[in-house]
Amino acid sequence: MTVVTNNKWIGQRTIRPDGMDKVTGRAQFAADTNMPGMIWGKVLRSPHAHARIKSINTAKAEALPGVKAVVTARDIVDFPIEKGAVMLGIQDMRWMCRNVMAREKALFPGHPIAAVAATSEAIAAEACKLIEVDYEVLPFVIEIEDAIKSDAPILHEFNTFEGKPSNIAGRLEHKKGDLAEGFKKADVVIERSFTTRPVHQGYIEPHACLISVAPDGKTTIWSSSQGQFMVRAMTAHLTGIPQSDIRAIPAEIGGGFGGKTIVYLEPLATLLAKKSGRPVKMVMTREEVMRATGPTSGSKSTVKIGATKDGKIVAAHGTFYLQAGALPGSPIRGAVGCSFTPYDIPNLLSEGYDVCSNRSKVAAYRAPGAPIGAYAVECVLDEVAEALKMDPLDFRLKNAAKEGTKAAHGPTFPRIGYIETVEAAKASDHYKAPLGKLQGRGVASGFWFNAGGESSAQVNITEDGNVVVTTGHPDIGGSRAGIANICAELLGIDYRRVSVIIGDTQTIGFSNLTGGSRVLFASSIVVTQSAEKIIHTLRERAAKIWEIDPEAVKWEDGAAHPVSPNAGQFPPLTLKDLAEKAPAMGGPIGAGVQLNTQGADGGFGTHICDVEVDVDLGIARVTRYTAVQDVGRAIHPGYVEGQLQGGVAQGIGWALNEEYIYTKEGKVDNPGFLDYRMPVCSDLPMIDCIMVEVPNPKHPQGVKGVGEVPLVPVMAAVANAIYNALGKRFYALPMSPPKVLEVIDAPETRQAAE
Amino acid sequence: MTELRYLAPNSLDEAIKAFAAAGSAGRILAGGTDLLVQMRAGVVKPGLIVDIKKIAEMTKIEQTADGGFRVGAAVSGMALHDHASFGKVWPGVLEAVNLIGSKQVQGRASAGGNLCNGSPAGDSVPAMVAAGAVVTVQGPDGRRELPVEQVPAGPGRTNFKPGEILVSFTLPPRPKGSSDAYLRMIPRTEMDIAVVGLGVSLTLKDGVCTAARVGLGAVAPTVLLVEAAAKALIGSKLDEAALNAAAAACSAACRPIDDKRGTIAYRTKVAGVLLKRTTAIAAQRAKGN
Ligand SMILES: Cc1cc2nc3c(=O)[nH]c(=O)nc-3n(C[C@H](O)[C@H](O)[C@H](O)COP(=O)(O)OP(=O)(O)OC[C@H]3O[C@@H](n4cnc5c(N)ncnc54)[C@H](O)[C@@H]3O)c2cc1C
Repeated sequence: MTVVTNNKWIGQRTIRPDGMDKVTGRAQFAADTNMPGMIWGKVLRSPHAHARIKSINTAKAEALPGVKAVVTARDIVDFPIEKGAVMLGIQDMRWMCRNVMAREKALFPGHPIAAVAATSEAIAAEACKLIEVDYEVLPFVIEIEDAIKSDAPILHEFNTFEGKPSNIAGRLEHKKGDLAEGFKKADVVIERSFTTRPVHQGYIEPHACLISVAPDGKTTIWSSSQGQFMVRAMTAHLTGIPQSDIRAIPAEIGGGFGGKTIVYLEPLATLLAKKSGRPVKMVMTREEVMRATGPTSGSKSTVKIGATKDGKIVAAHGTFYLQAGALPGSPIRGAVGCSFTPYDIPNLLSEGYDVCSNRSKVAAYRAPGAPIGAYAVECVLDEVAEALKMDPLDFRLKNAAKEGTKAAHGPTFPRIGYIETVEAAKASDHYKAPLGKLQGRGVASGFWFNAGGESSAQVNITEDGNVVVTTGHPDIGGSRAGIANICAELLGIDYRRVSVIIGDTQTIGFSNLTGGSRVLFASSIVVTQSAEKIIHTLRERAAKIWEIDPEAVKWEDGAAHPVSPNAGQFPPLTLKDLAEKAPAMGGPIGAGVQLNTQGADGGFGTHICDVEVDVDLGIARVTRYTAVQDVGRAIHPGYVEGQLQGGVAQGIGWALNEEYIYTKEGKVDNPGFLDYRMPVCSDLPMIDCIMVEVPNPKHPQGVKGVGEVPLVPVMAAVANAIYNALGKRFYALPMSPPKVLEVIDAPETRQAAE
Repeated sequence: MTELRYLAPNSLDEAIKAFAAAGSAGRILAGGTDLLVQMRAGVVKPGLIVDIKKIAEMTKIEQTADGGFRVGAAVSGMALHDHASFGKVWPGVLEAVNLIGSKQVQGRASAGGNLCNGSPAGDSVPAMVAAGAVVTVQGPDGRRELPVEQVPAGPGRTNFKPGEILVSFTLPPRPKGSSDAYLRMIPRTEMDIAVVGLGVSLTLKDGVCTAARVGLGAVAPTVLLVEAAAKALIGSKLDEAALNAAAAACSAACRPIDDKRGTIAYRTKVAGVLLKRTTAIAAQRAKGN
């Protein structure tokens, strides 16, 4: 594979194929689909944080006029605990079956207990109230600190840690060198502890689906997800319907950010549709989204870093406790594996603990776990740099990972672009701009693994000589635009002649879900190979027409040409010409490729944040922000920048205001966007982007994933900026006004870098 | 399921008749930006909705003979904004009304709805209290007037009698050297609910404050008129001592709760900070008048 240079379409800010539909309201999101005879499903949810379910009586609900079906955990395929893990992607079906419907116990307020389908939403809601559930209410635990105490209420009695029943469901560590020896060599050692609150992905579109099950069992699912194949597989596992009978159609998606990589409603609606014989629609309310769908973990971390006088990090130790929520599976891999990865540290221990507690099960959120770990590490690095009287970017440069560095999580790095991001940050106007009173500047870096994996594409030439590309990953970040650019480039035609669509599970081959920043990386490999096959066919057909050797035909500017005058003198045959002649020349032109794509390179970013603090009100406002990232190759710079800006916006929310607040009963007290404060436009400055392009040599266009790195450094960059403005450090998120004011007004405030 | 009737009468009498007859099942609809949200959330389930926007008096803004203003209860924020002179005379009231929600919300939301909704955090209420607005209400027993600060009875409740509808706000004429201002503390920059809201209206003569009123929101079960703060300002040149005393009076007036939106300590402190900042803006504006 050779990297394409001299591009006409790659690197252009073309109009996104789905743009017109979205701005005019024509785009079909999951809740926009309706069917004749459709009825409505509603979920009865646990009012308790922790309770044993002794019995459920649905008789009265079933007797209510208008009610067509009721399902409980009895209707869902069980994956018994003792039989061991049944993995589907990163999800263990033992936990998934218990998450979509409480089985032995209700594990958080909002945990589904039963579902009802009725002729109207109101009747379904009324019927939910008629379901009698006998609960044995149990003591509950939410915060990590409480959950890891030896006398904590235990969520899962079968789970043991160090020989005892425990809420710690797993531990992961990465190790390098000799920690004790490393710290002995350090002149400066700083150790700090941090906490972060759970935060929600905050997608605007609530989970929704419409499902029809025909009498012969053929099932059609319209839903909003980050993976129609994930929806099909999960639904098949949980309902017992074979995958070949389930057609999962991906709707346009109104945001996911990782939160739509698992299912909540689809198995329930499928069972309700099957029982009732009617299409069933389910749409969550915002409140249900906030109570019962995955946020990311709250956390508690301790990070210790030692460096020599000349600024070399000699040892580092990070301990990361992450809330899993009701069922195991917090993103410790991201926290443990990513947090120290931008640096070449000889002696390192990075360890993580997966902690269950009585709140909704976490779901992926952009670079799952990595922002939590980076927040702690990058804040401590800031303190170490200060103690060493070094510029924080110089300190990072001095310790930067580069080609040949062995990362603690395994790989020895190929050519990577981390140093370039730090250098670009240093050279930026932003980093040199003067600061005023009560203003501060902070920097931080971050890493995310990125991913490849299974991808399928079918590229077809239409009879009029245009192109239709079908891929299998829902487009959540502009991937259709990127694919159109690449296809236009390879075929040498105007990108408007390329139409890119996302196929459903029965029309395109398996494609792994949209996650891990894999989509453009993976799909452009299969699309490129498909286009190359097509070009091969087109050259063969031109050769046949001209009666010359196919090797003597080249494809250029959207047409076949003889490679040189020696090969013959023929007017070019365009894509249109060859499409017209296709029936006579061997039939339709098209090609499909399916691969488990390999060779994804990790991504690095370095951010600069300026804040201004209103010291009377405790408000920290971000006044300027620059995100620098090694993006491999920006196929569509506009959407790469969109990814960077979106990640930063979410990180600023996480840093300053977003948090789950609980009542004494363990219920989420702010289940809506009024009191769960994501930033609005006026809270943010225009976020500047500097795209560093160090192409991935293992990818035909040099693509690296870009969607997750931009959330990783943000909270640390904001925290370091606030320190720089105030001379006071914060060790807990969010740095919301009451908390900032409390520190400013505290009689004894801790001095920087004591 | 319960039936819901909707009426949009052209006359106030008709509205009152239907509203009174419906008893506790009746709800007045102005912009609906509170009512419809509450209905969707299942908090209120009215049997009758009486839309008052077709009643001329409810949507009128007029200058009174003495130079004051009469603002209909259902006038939208945007209509008030577009009025030729209201914002020049009452910039604080206008900025408070215009802070409600977003552009979309402004096209509908009214100061009347903001007051009758009874939220202690309603943005226009402290500014109206500071302005010394008097409301006209009409019910089955006729019309009456009362100072705006006497309307709220507690969170979500008013002192209206059954069947009474808010008709208008009357704002007094302004002596020379008068102006007003409103500020609220919210964690975000918009689309948020006041953690503390504070309105100041004052009159300056030769640099001396001759009249002042202070309205304080979101720190007690109802919006407060803080007379002690006004007293501290009146007679002063708005010097630091006077401002400190007025700020302390605002902090002292707070009877806040610790909740998801702010702590007691935070709200109490911020009330004082906002008094100083709001007074400074009002004074700056008054100097130009
Ligand atoms: C997105 C959004 C953002 C918002 N932001 C803010 C904000 O920043 N600040 C703020 O203060 N509020 C805010 N609100 C709340 C709301 O917009 C305001 O309270 C608004 O002023 C209500 O006016 P309305 O005309 O829409 O009232 P309605 O919803 O029509 O009425 C509100 C209540 O008052 C009663 N009522 C209305 N008029 C009368 C009358 N004439 N006589 C008797 N009873 C009456 C109604 O029956 C109802 O109970 C927001 C709401 C939304 C949806």
